[in-house]
Amino acid sequence: MEKIIAGIPVQVNEEGYLTDFPQWNQAVGTELAQEASIDMTPRHWEVIAYLQKEFKNEVPLSIRKIGKSGVVDIKEFYQLFPMAPLKTASKIAGIPKPVSCI
Amino acid sequence: MKRIIILGSGTAGTMMANHLHHRLNSGEWEIDIIDERKEHYYQPGYLFLPFDIYEPEDIVKPIKDFIPKGVNLINETIERIVPQEHYVSMTNGDHLVYDILIVATGCKIAPEETDGMQGAEWQKSVFDFYTFEGALALRNKLREWEGGKMVVHITEMPIKCPVAPLEFAFLADSYFKHRNMRDKVELTFVTPLSGAFTKPKATAALEHLLEEKHIKIESDFAIERIDNEQKTIIDYGGRIVPFDLLVTVPTNKGDEVIARSGMGDDLNYVPTNKATLQSKNWPNIFVLGDASDIPASKAGSVAHFEAEILTDNILHYIAGEPLKEEFDGHANCFVETGNGKALLIDFNYTHEPVEGTFPFPGIGPLRLLKESRINHMGKLAFRWIYWNMLLKGTHIPFVSATMSESGKQFD
Repeated sequence: MEKIIAGIPVQVNEEGYLTDFPQWNQAVGTELAQEASIDMTPRHWEVIAYLQKEFKNEVPLSIRKIGKSGVVDIKEFYQLFPMAPLKTASKIAGIPKPVSCI
Repeated sequence: MKRIIILGSGTAGTMMANHLHHRLNSGEWEIDIIDERKEHYYQPGYLFLPFDIYEPEDIVKPIKDFIPKGVNLINETIERIVPQEHYVSMTNGDHLVYDILIVATGCKIAPEETDGMQGAEWQKSVFDFYTFEGALALRNKLREWEGGKMVVHITEMPIKCPVAPLEFAFLADSYFKHRNMRDKVELTFVTPLSGAFTKPKATAALEHLLEEKHIKIESDFAIERIDNEQKTIIDYGGRIVPFDLLVTVPTNKGDEVIARSGMGDDLNYVPTNKATLQSKNWPNIFVLGDASDIPASKAGSVAHFEAEILTDNILHYIAGEPLKEEFDGHANCFVETGNGKALLIDFNYTHEPVEGTFPFPGIGPLRLLKESRINHMGKLAFRWIYWNMLLKGTHIPFVSATMSESGKQFD
């Protein structure tokens, strides 16, 4: 389905995750963050950039991997994106909802 | 004489030994299977042991009873695999050179991964049921437990048999009812997932059952540590869940030998082609069962379906033919729901569990994603099938290695 985010039409799924990553830009990310009541700081963006890099490299993401990434520890990850940080951060990053295993 | 070595004689390795013994020319191929243990454990039985439904002798038998004559069973410990040079080095100093290696070393719990899990309360009020010792200790605890807050908890995914923790919660509800103490027990199911299960339709059905049985669910809970003094589990977001009795599924990891050999990912799972089951790095190494990193359930049924396809692929590999890209992630699991009932789920990489009939479209007799007594009878009968058919590599009638779409209600 289509949704207008930051003034531009983007494709999202029923849970609001972008389905076409090239449509993402920082303004879209900022607005998606506001929907989750998060005010983005440079630190937030560093983590988002890391998630996007891993997505482009087709590395499946997990809380464990992020904790061992050297980019952010799990505690801080939760402080930046409270409650379900991987899901929230993935949505802001414009990448698919992480598939937790079967 | 050429040599094929199977590492591990659990469900997956034992089935492969039997399949290959039937299919390979014994004048041409020597088959070795290595395991450091002497006993084979029927792991689905760990779910029933704590509730006094099974006795220990129902679920433990000697490994050698299931290895065909003509296959060498080597009861030694593997030091490491040297894939570049095609040999396995043993702790007794032996070097076993192979032409083909099958890795079936499984996965096991790693409670040391979570701060405080093996603290003062380990096996006092903090238990696992993914080991024989853990399940037995929990049985003894439950026999004398007088009630309070029971928390059933999953540390992180992936785990072996992802429905087992839910089944444990359902069976606990049933067990306490039979002991006339359900009103003294507050049951909570704590999971790192967003709901009861990973697939939407099954999640809806299972959450309905949790509600019906008054089992509370705490989802999206990523545990940071266990506080042994306060008897609480704490997640990274600061959420706290108190317990009197914690039944946890610790982090699951592949075997240490995979790490020592430098062959695994950060959880010691071996990178594997999900359709052919060939190792991504070494063409003469194949991986099946819980040891691989493929995105399928870590379950005996998956290993069973894999074994049928892998056997064909090993014959193709020997003949220098292209491998069949056939494994579809097929899993078929009974889910015990308590009070003598169970439901059945059948799914693969691309199709989530849905309602329907199994194995005969429109007839059953088993019902998919619906509670029934006959499903429960199926689960109990499965123990006999496991010992007498499955391990021996006998094909189970009417159940195919790849998933069937007929008889199912897809949208």
